[in-house]
Amino acid sequence: MLSTRHLLGIKDLTEADIQLIFQTADEFKEVLNRPIKKVPSLRDVTIANVFFENSTRTRLSFELAEKRLSADVVNFSSSSSSVKKGETLLDTVNNILAMKVDLIVMRHSSPGAPHYLSSRIPASVVNAGDGTHEHPTQALLDAFSIREKLGDVAGKKVAIIGDILHSRVALSNIFCLKKLGAEVMVCGPSTLIPRYIRELGVIVSHDVRQALQWCDVANVLRIQLERLQVKYFPSLREYSLYYGINKAMLNELDKPIVLMHPGPINRGVELSSDAADSSEHSIILNQVENGVATRMAVLYLLAAQQ
Amino acid sequence: MQRRLLLSSPLLEITISRLCQQLIENHQLFADSVILGLQPRGIHLAQRIHQELQQTTGSTIPFGWLDATFHRDDFRRRESIVRANQTKIPFTVEGKRVILVDDVIATGRMVRAALDAMTFFGRPEKVELAVLIDRSYNRDIPIAPDYVGLKVNTLDTQRVIVEWKEQGHEKDGIWLSD
Repeated sequence: MLSTRHLLGIKDLTEADIQLIFQTADEFKEVLNRPIKKVPSLRDVTIANVFFENSTRTRLSFELAEKRLSADVVNFSSSSSSVKKGETLLDTVNNILAMKVDLIVMRHSSPGAPHYLSSRIPASVVNAGDGTHEHPTQALLDAFSIREKLGDVAGKKVAIIGDILHSRVALSNIFCLKKLGAEVMVCGPSTLIPRYIRELGVIVSHDVRQALQWCDVANVLRIQLERLQVKYFPSLREYSLYYGINKAMLNELDKPIVLMHPGPINRGVELSSDAADSSEHSIILNQVENGVATRMAVLYLLAAQQ
Repeated sequence: MQRRLLLSSPLLEITISRLCQQLIENHQLFADSVILGLQPRGIHLAQRIHQELQQTTGSTIPFGWLDATFHRDDFRRRESIVRANQTKIPFTVEGKRVILVDDVIATGRMVRAALDAMTFFGRPEKVELAVLIDRSYNRDIPIAPDYVGLKVNTLDTQRVIVEWKEQGHEKDGIWLSD
């Protein structure tokens, strides 16, 4: 059993929870490689994907995970809803729950929105990203992909490179990787690294070549242009020159390195195409594939506890 | 807790050999037959049957592990989650004569779930069920095994405990506990 009935953040999970999710995801990955990629486990469960913020891959990944588990799925997008008429978050969700929905998958631009909701509704809530706070399923699938590629997460050195300040992926990844026994470094311009970050037990670097030399895995994050309210660096071109990673840089290293990115990629900014598409280093598409299996595991385990 | 020995290690070997002889009578050289052990404990019995059949007949018989956890009908009705186990079927069962192997049949619900799970790997020509222990009077649904090692009359409150050396036990043993 998981120690929680919601998945609000990696912070709330124990290491045993994460290992249980991984073991269950292993079996769902086998299911996804069958000719018929579906099991009837959640045939009596209705799940609402409530997205108050735009998303392509996370929503698709959740929707596929739900359908592969035979759950009934409804999708809600705030841009075409009564939220535009002034309805509150709680009213919106309570109306959805009145239609006999068992589980809510929620994305919101405000940090803490799923936590607020989880304490006021009877259904389980899965956080699919809350502002710059956490994105737990992304961190789980990232760690699952590292475990798949390198055999284990414990003892591995992972550098998270890019816009740490605005990234919910960075925070969830740090919690998850540290819980599993990895060493974590964050790397980026000082304007994009929060001042408190060292308190989480991570190393800070501002030199991308040093970070690449140090790590076994480079998890490169997107520059979140939509969240940059002020200028954090002079220009994208300058960012790319100082922090962009290309295949030549990876080839220069005297060791193997695994390249990850949660997507969507700003090609030519944080990653060049030859690095992102390199079959030798990149496991970006494996991350996408593992996303469905990991989300199936999370939904399966949460639904079992209802 | 009182335990009564149903099958000791030598008796178990004899029982498995008898099951194999019955299978050989019906499947001859196992030309289109495959064996699927049901997770978690059916795989140990299936492995031994598979090994003995290959030795006796000299045939290569496809062998896999099937886990039916995601197809169970008691999901969300139990106190604890049933942990999923590995499914490993490196072949299709399309048009094959499938021999499902499990250690114990009681309610029959697990076998129903396994039949459901198996159809995701193709449509077999025929499916047979071989079990070591058939618990009479405990069936919830009308499923009967084709090959039975030992038929035991049991109450709902009793449990059949199967101990395999492969699981780390000193020796094999099948027990009935009150």
